[in-house]
Amino acid sequence: MLTRGFSGRKSAQEFVDRIPPGQHLVENFPVLSAGPAPRVDTAEWKFSLKIGPKPVKAWTWAEFNALPQSKWVRDIHCVTTWSKLDTQWEGVTIDDILADADLEAPTEFVLAHSYDGYSTNVPIADLSVGKAMVATKFGGKPLERDHGGPARLLVPHLYFWKSAKWVNGLQFTTRDEAGFWELRGYHMRGDPWREQRYTND
Amino acid sequence: MSSDTPTTDGQSAKIEWQSAVVSSIVRQTPTITSYFFRLPQPFAYRAGQHVDVRLTAPDGYSASRSYSIASSPCKMFSDPSAEIELAIERLEEGEVSPFFHAVVQENDEIALRGPLGGHFVWPEKPAGPILLIGSGSGLVPLISMLRHACRTDNDTPVALLLSARTREDVLYRDELIAYEEKLRRFSLRLAITREPPHRDKDFGRRIDAGMLGEVLGDLPAMPAHVFICGSNGFVNIAADGALAAGLPAAAIKTERYGE
Repeated sequence: MLTRGFSGRKSAQEFVDRIPPGQHLVENFPVLSAGPAPRVDTAEWKFSLKIGPKPVKAWTWAEFNALPQSKWVRDIHCVTTWSKLDTQWEGVTIDDILADADLEAPTEFVLAHSYDGYSTNVPIADLSVGKAMVATKFGGKPLERDHGGPARLLVPHLYFWKSAKWVNGLQFTTRDEAGFWELRGYHMRGDPWREQRYTND
Repeated sequence: MSSDTPTTDGQSAKIEWQSAVVSSIVRQTPTITSYFFRLPQPFAYRAGQHVDVRLTAPDGYSASRSYSIASSPCKMFSDPSAEIELAIERLEEGEVSPFFHAVVQENDEIALRGPLGGHFVWPEKPAGPILLIGSGSGLVPLISMLRHACRTDNDTPVALLLSARTREDVLYRDELIAYEEKLRRFSLRLAITREPPHRDKDFGRRIDAGMLGEVLGDLPAMPAHVFICGSNGFVNIAADGALAAGLPAAAIKTERYGE
């Protein structure tokens, strides 16, 4: 359906193959979250890996920062329709986290958990083989509290609500269990190139 | 983050686009205009939910944005509404809002789908007083809640702290003041940031922790639910202030825009 009188802004032709359908470019870094931003002290910070209810391994901030560090430049896409190109991240890939725990994925599904009670589900296929990291730096600086600092999940090929802020653990689950937004009308997978914004899109 | 019961589950059907007709346009403030839409496929919604609006150009380019619903749902939650109101603020650097303000006329058809969002919504059974905090067009989901509360609920105390640049920028000003005069359980406080306030109980400054303390004093007990909507900076001050006042994080729901 055409909208009478609408021709659109044609400012980003050179990046057109990097912008998923229905998205627009931003230069700033908008902040969205469903509640107050928690204050997490790195002295208290802990990141845990679990299989169902069973803890497998946990890292303190110092232990986590001693793991192999990766630097990525990625485009990110928020379901609220903004996209941001060439964002710079540093952190530990999920592959390196699993390797340090000497763990092969025991199930196909993962729930990421956060300090504020947030959760989001991501299949291990979308986390492993260089697809995702737990990021502790953005633009070369420690990740700000507003953007999920001290650490957030980064799954850049999915809508950004999957990149849980203030992340404190990954939990393998036997089924694909819906997380916070997935229980509230948002898509179970969230692929921006297929515009999987809301349930069953 | 709250542990409330979600309103939708992973099994619900896809929400389809529909071609809504602009039935009327009402300018509310120098920067905010209301657009009323007639829905060919009426839907039931909860106060606080939003819709997505999509504009499509002849070359196939499209732009979509989310807008909170300003109108209140039908008295019975489950009854579908055939008309909704969106109040859209003109953002100078925007793409969709300037189009609405400059081009959209009555009888235009606009692609729209909803209702969307299952978090920032009025509780079905409020567990106690409710505190609403908004700035500028952040009032939109809150006015839906307030209209709903005024129509359906006879005993939940509600306080609203609303920040705006000037008195003229206060969205739905006359309606808010009328609610306060009519309903003893509703308290309105304005924070006017660029001119002196007109009413004794209003503030002539930006939101701060002390202001929150005074507004909490308008309620007979600590609120069971807090809804905060506005720019990210505003929401951070309000949410941190509510936490400092002793409210649990789980009681505070936020909706943000901007950096």
